[in-house]
Amino acid sequence: MSLIEVENLGKDYINDEVVTRVLHDVSFKIKEGEFVAIMGPSGSGKSTLMHILSFLDRPTAGVYKFEDKNTKDFNDDYLAKLRNERVGFVFQSFNLLARTTVLDNVRLPLIYSKKKNYDELAEKALESVGMSHRLNYFTNQISGGEKQRVAIARALVNNPAVIFADEPTGNLDSKSGNAVMHILQKLNNQGHTIILVTHETDTANHAKRIIRIKDGNIISDEKVERRTIAETDKELVK
Amino acid sequence: MDFIGTIKLVFRTLLARKGRSFLTILGIVIGVAGVIIIIALGAGAQSLILGQVTKLGSNLLSVAPGGGNEKGPPSTIFGITVTTLVNSDVDSLRSKTQVPHASAVNAMVRGTATAVWQNKNVDTNFIGTESSYSDVISFTMQEGQFFNQSEERGSANIAVLGSTVADELFGGTGVDPVGQVIKVKSSSNTEAGGIPLRVIGVITPRGSSFFQDNDDQIFLPLVIGQQQLLGIHYLEAINIKVDSSSNIDQTISDVTRVLKQNHHIQSNSDIDFTVYNVADAISVLSTITNALRLFLTAMAAIALVVGGIGILNIMLATVAERTREIGLRKAVGATNGAVMRQFLLEAGTLTFLGGIAGIIIGTAISYLITLLMHYLGYDWAFMVSISSILLAVGVSILTGVIFGLYPALKASRLNPIEALRYE
Repeated sequence: MSLIEVENLGKDYINDEVVTRVLHDVSFKIKEGEFVAIMGPSGSGKSTLMHILSFLDRPTAGVYKFEDKNTKDFNDDYLAKLRNERVGFVFQSFNLLARTTVLDNVRLPLIYSKKKNYDELAEKALESVGMSHRLNYFTNQISGGEKQRVAIARALVNNPAVIFADEPTGNLDSKSGNAVMHILQKLNNQGHTIILVTHETDTANHAKRIIRIKDGNIISDEKVERRTIAETDKELVK
Repeated sequence: MDFIGTIKLVFRTLLARKGRSFLTILGIVIGVAGVIIIIALGAGAQSLILGQVTKLGSNLLSVAPGGGNEKGPPSTIFGITVTTLVNSDVDSLRSKTQVPHASAVNAMVRGTATAVWQNKNVDTNFIGTESSYSDVISFTMQEGQFFNQSEERGSANIAVLGSTVADELFGGTGVDPVGQVIKVKSSSNTEAGGIPLRVIGVITPRGSSFFQDNDDQIFLPLVIGQQQLLGIHYLEAINIKVDSSSNIDQTISDVTRVLKQNHHIQSNSDIDFTVYNVADAISVLSTITNALRLFLTAMAAIALVVGGIGILNIMLATVAERTREIGLRKAVGATNGAVMRQFLLEAGTLTFLGGIAGIIIGTAISYLITLLMHYLGYDWAFMVSISSILLAVGVSILTGVIFGLYPALKASRLNPIEALRYE
């Protein structure tokens, strides 16, 4: 059974009657537990593909099946529910709420869910990214690397089926970036499906499979032969 | 997300931006406080006017010399003294066959005078009247008594003091005013020396009515006032107490008929006196205060609407400023409805808090006004009604919801991808 299955997926943007095609007949399957990098230069359509896969956008052609169900029939509220329960996001620019504590940021997805034990789940998620010591810090009081780890905890907190990471190391120095990739690999080892979007080969090589995309077409889809394993010093991530 | 969760979220968001939240609600605070104060002022003013009716006594008519204002301003304002009302008119009006529903009639002259006791003197007003004054106007005696018919007829040299005059002349001396002899000298009659009058009573303080201090007065028999102090033969007013409010119209026409007869007047256009109905004057005043109140309430309502537009502006700015936050919330699972509820509740909470602050400030200012009016001697009631509070809060919350609706709708319709990219 595939977690994600797309067939002839297409996406057109229509602006003042000018149609721009950003995705052409994209087809692939992703199984549970995979670590896939979607790689391509800017403007290749990789972000659009990620937005469709993560229910932030809808395709204009083709079929997208999630957990064997065609997403075409899902209404906006159901897509919001899927984003809340089945999907976690890690963004390049962290997107943490300002003037808000680390704990409250991680709790954010939970307040839109039916779960009640907010604090317990949020603390557990923060512990798994080594951020237990910063629970009540405000987000402007922690470093960039720490911010991204908080963002990963937020993505994890609802125990989603898949975590989408959009250039997660793009705003970080190499040491912090390495720590983030280490956490993502660790989560994958624990069974989480991870879809990484990046334009950097070095980052993509942390995945187990790379789907290369250019001008809206898939140009290759292959297993990573020599996978990079992110090592990190114990102090940064426990 | 449940309602309690949304409320917690809203408070957290608003508290994170205290300064802005405060400035946002300022317009609402002023609007609501304005509504409360204006409604309280209106109610206070009406209670004052109604209080003055009962103070003067109900079912009261007053006859003044000179025709009405219909043909232009009364001649008295040009300094012309109208002398058409005389003592014999009072006798005719007292006739039960002529004016059957007049339960008491009383004639009056007024003037300013200096009252002297030992080495103290005060400038005050005097009223020359009859013993029937006590049947027409409601008041009580603090001590002693008002003069009776035989004292008045015999033009005894006696006086009854208002409480202010009694205080100014005798206050602090420990001397009981009753039994003391004061000298009263009219300000208009410079030739005559002071007339010695024995004080026989002091009237309980009555406060002010129609901007006149009722306690700064000396009452003395009509003949003394008319002949000895003023040196005149005419009257300045005749007060008539009617036995029942249903007979007021009948009595007005009786009084008019009798006086026309006495003054040999054929045509209504030549009438040289005016009959005032105190209740009519009150109802005219009530109409004016009601209109004023309505007008001021409308002004306060406009202030509320302006406050609402302030909310609209700030909420629109807030939505723009928090575009990324909205995008993120949607990305992590907030539905359009949840985002809409959050922003609507933010606007509603702001205006609700503004309403509460407005009620507190409005009530406090209304209370201060009441204290001030009491200090000035007016019998002013402190009235902040539940209905005015409900009106103010209701309107303010409604303002928040109405003006918060558009920004909330705008927030809920944001595309999460564009919102997340927003710089």
